[in-house]
Amino acid sequence: MAGTARMTAADVALERVTQVPGVRGSLLISATDGLVVAERLMDGIDGRAIAALAANLVLRLGRATVGAGLQSPRFVHLRGNAGSVLAAPGTDDLVLVALVGLDANLGLARLEMLDAVGRVS
Amino acid sequence: MTEDIRSLTARLAEEPSSLAFLELGEALRRRGQLDAAYKVARGGLGRYPALADAHDLMARILGDQGDLAGAFDAWVEALRFDPMRIGALKGIGFLYFRAGDVGAALDHLHRAAEIDPDDASIAQALARIRADAGAPAPAPGINGGPAPHALAPELSETPSTEKAEPGLMLVDSNGLRLKGSLRSPRNEEVGDRVAAELAGVSKEASRTSRLLGLGAWQSIAVESAEGNLYLVAPTPETLLLTVRDPALPMAQLGLIAERAAKEAREWLEQHG
Repeated sequence: MAGTARMTAADVALERVTQVPGVRGSLLISATDGLVVAERLMDGIDGRAIAALAANLVLRLGRATVGAGLQSPRFVHLRGNAGSVLAAPGTDDLVLVALVGLDANLGLARLEMLDAVGRVS
Repeated sequence: MTEDIRSLTARLAEEPSSLAFLELGEALRRRGQLDAAYKVARGGLGRYPALADAHDLMARILGDQGDLAGAFDAWVEALRFDPMRIGALKGIGFLYFRAGDVGAALDHLHRAAEIDPDDASIAQALARIRADAGAPAPAPGINGGPAPHALAPELSETPSTEKAEPGLMLVDSNGLRLKGSLRSPRNEEVGDRVAAELAGVSKEASRTSRLLGLGAWQSIAVESAEGNLYLVAPTPETLLLTVRDPALPMAQLGLIAERAAKEAREWLEQHG
């Protein structure tokens, strides 16, 4: 029952993030094992690949940030020349990840993700 | 005011697609009900993502909440949709001033003054910034080091790693520090430790970006409560880390990192 409630909250959170213009998809992943907890992606996008890659990157950057004597990251933005991966680590090992295009409203996507990950963690 | 909020709330409930959210969000912000204001603004932005007024409103709310990086981004968005938006120019000017970048602050306020020469608040802000220009920067940098106004770290002018600016570090692909240093908020030297953690990040970023169809990776921005990190790759074999106080907007940190990367490439050519 608790699991059902959590999935519902996750689905709502993903729906909000995915509605931001330019967001191709979003997913909730487990950082330590890189597995997908919930996802809302456009057709043709492999959620498992995003989860594995994003989890690895977030973990590495988290170690570097903590190594610098800072608190764990609350938002990560990997920018490529054709789009970006955004990640908002939450508590309980969960990370909200979004794949966005160059036309994305990044400021709004960031706000939605920070709000959403606070609700599902 | 309460009556205004009630009537605006009722209006928005009756017609959710109306622009009443702008007035309601601002009224709530002025009353200090920032969480409620934020929700209203976010709802409006969801409906009108290309409306400069909505981004401007969100920026003011985020600024009041202390999320200066978020406010900066929202004002940048407002200017994207309306380059003549005075509120956004003034807001960004204020944030630059707070970050210690007097030149950028004056630049934005001059643009605002050109658009509305009769706005007395712009003239007052310009006068205040000019008067304070010689004073110490208002926002200290991370580690109690230089304020974020050190816009373009001069890597090439600091021939030894010991003299390089704190918070700026060039690392090779093996996680070894080539140049620069990094101190923790408790003033411990953490450069080597962080450099080691960064080993492989560039390859990992390349792999992630390529496999997800994002092309070549350009940068990684990491937000943390006590400091923001920005990573760029001056060359395929090196990684440049820039760390600054979170008061410095991420977009500005990106500019600092890009300039530092240029310096790093020159330094690497000299020492290659």
